[in-house]
Amino acid sequence: MMATGAAQKQTCTLSEHDSKVLLARYGLPIAPERVVVTAEDASSAAEELGFPVVAKLCGDSIAHKTERGLVRLGLTNGSDVREAASELLGTATSDDGDVSILVAPMLRGSRELIAGLSRDAQFEMTIMLGVGGVLAEALADVTIRLAPITTIDAEDMLDDLATRAMFGPFRGEPPIDRSAVCDLLVGMSNAAEAEPRIVSVDLNPLIVVDGRPVAVDALIELEEPRT
Amino acid sequence: MKPTQDHFVALFEPRGIVVAGASTHPGKFGFVALHNILASGFAGSIFPTNRDGGEILGVPALASIEEVPAGEADLVFVCTPASTNAELLRAAAHKGIRAAFIASAGYAEAGAEGRRAQQELVDLADELDILVVGPNGQGVVSTPVSLCAQIVAPYPPAGRISVVSQSGNFVSSFENYAKWSGAGIARAVSCGNAAQVGVVDFLEFFADDEATDVALAYVEGIEDGRQFYERLRAVCERMPVVLVKGGATAGGARAAASHTGSLATDDRVFEGMCRQAGAVRAATIESAFEVAATFATQPLPRGPNVIVVSTAGGWGVVTADAIAGTDLELLPMPDDLRAELDTKLPPRWSRNNPIDLAGGETKDTVPDVLATAAHHPEVDAVVFLGMGIQGNVAMMERAGGFYPDHGLERIVGFHERQEHRYAVTASDLASELGKPILTATELAVTSPSNAAVRGVVESGRYCYPSANRAVAALDKLWWYRRWRERREP
Repeated sequence: MMATGAAQKQTCTLSEHDSKVLLARYGLPIAPERVVVTAEDASSAAEELGFPVVAKLCGDSIAHKTERGLVRLGLTNGSDVREAASELLGTATSDDGDVSILVAPMLRGSRELIAGLSRDAQFEMTIMLGVGGVLAEALADVTIRLAPITTIDAEDMLDDLATRAMFGPFRGEPPIDRSAVCDLLVGMSNAAEAEPRIVSVDLNPLIVVDGRPVAVDALIELEEPRT
Repeated sequence: MKPTQDHFVALFEPRGIVVAGASTHPGKFGFVALHNILASGFAGSIFPTNRDGGEILGVPALASIEEVPAGEADLVFVCTPASTNAELLRAAAHKGIRAAFIASAGYAEAGAEGRRAQQELVDLADELDILVVGPNGQGVVSTPVSLCAQIVAPYPPAGRISVVSQSGNFVSSFENYAKWSGAGIARAVSCGNAAQVGVVDFLEFFADDEATDVALAYVEGIEDGRQFYERLRAVCERMPVVLVKGGATAGGARAAASHTGSLATDDRVFEGMCRQAGAVRAATIESAFEVAATFATQPLPRGPNVIVVSTAGGWGVVTADAIAGTDLELLPMPDDLRAELDTKLPPRWSRNNPIDLAGGETKDTVPDVLATAAHHPEVDAVVFLGMGIQGNVAMMERAGGFYPDHGLERIVGFHERQEHRYAVTASDLASELGKPILTATELAVTSPSNAAVRGVVESGRYCYPSANRAVAALDKLWWYRRWRERREP
């Protein structure tokens, strides 16, 4: 899963929050969120953001939150948030380094996309767009281009997807805003150009809310600076 | 060394050619190469060399390249052992030769020693300013000068497709398809080990080449992916490139470095690269040739709207299904066209697209309906399925034992002339209107001598073995048209 060039450079990951902060600088749509270090602050953050919320354990060394059970979904009141946050903090191990709690609104949408950057051994930086959600792996509906891309390339990527019919009006939700998806892809391309240390970016999932994709998780892998 | 136009002209349009290592033994490359050059009627000078001198295939052999008159040859076709080639290359340069096709094996494909020999060969060629193609390649073909310098067959008919391949045997496959279909070849070259020049160098030459309308490339491994992409894209901005990729030789290495998600395989990177570069990727050798033949023999569609003209209901139905699976559109029958066709056809015709004549045709109906449909301003392309029935009947009646009596001679001749005429009409309309008009009948495969198929081939078009294949090829032309259009400044 880790993409490395022929030189096998050392890489490190950014925390989910730092990944999102970096990508937001390039205009990528990120759900609002708060980072706190205590269960009490998590509860206050949730009150500010509005229920329901999700709480996740966050840290530079934490890459596979779902597999480790470090994500709590659909928390509907302050005491549930407090309880979830203390539990999450309790599961952190010394290997996880400094950890915090990330609180974000629980977004809902029937459609999910995935997007990312990855360095290919032959073609260097590539950009990916795919259909996300529970069937993503089975559908394997993914398209790739070489970075940098233009808006025309981004539009072509949308048209490549076999299940692009889901871009129309769907279960009472408006059609997916094509230009919002194109902007996201071009934004990722810009990030890749401006940040040469990026080895990979994983946006999984992008939940489509009111027709627009919003990243609710992000993971950036960087080349370690030479020491 | 970056080869120049002059180098490629020396390769593809030499005034004279030296066959180094020509042999009297009919099983050797040095014999076959000379044989094929002579047999295909190359008009320039031909200088076989052989240590023992003598005569090969009626041509006197020179004892060495030293005896070639200076300035009379531009190309040397090399069949001599690898160990002697450095000396040969120096002597060739001395005679003013600018290009060498190296068929000799024993280079990089043969291990470490061979890799070293290959590097030395390239360094020497760079120093001598000679284009070296190969080594370990199967040859070069250039129909504008009737040159067939290859150790494989066949010599293809002349045409507008130019082929470059990392596999010499696929050059031969494409030439076979050219011979079978009549969609001819301009240049064809097997890169062999691609020591000095590779696929993309030839693509760049083809884009400049007035004899070439479309490039057809077989690719296995790519050394510098990024550079390949950028150069390929620059070629596609000027000329269509049909590309087929074989082998997963780099697959293992790429797979390890593939995508963030487990979903993306390395081939998807290659696929995306092709789409971004504007290259038309084909899944098979057969479809690659067919798509290239379509680019070479039809204008690009100006839009997606296809009309189907058929003399049999089922043919039209299947074609409509095929169109539904593409980016093409089955044009809803325009009212004015329907009204016009009503005046030409009995009431039982389909009155819709596909146009099914439903057996209502008289002598001039098929060409008349085809022309009317093709002329309609909303029609961007036509798939014509009007051939085959009459040709088939004629074929059976000709062979049935009653011919030419019982009036058969007259009716068979009529059917054959009609079929031929339909094909020519389709071709003439494509030229007149600048719209693709594709004709399909399985007779292209089952009975290539049939009058319908001959009509298509003789009018310089490609006869598709099925409507599905015609639709698939047309879809690629439409994709390329849009790629170009959306990126034009």
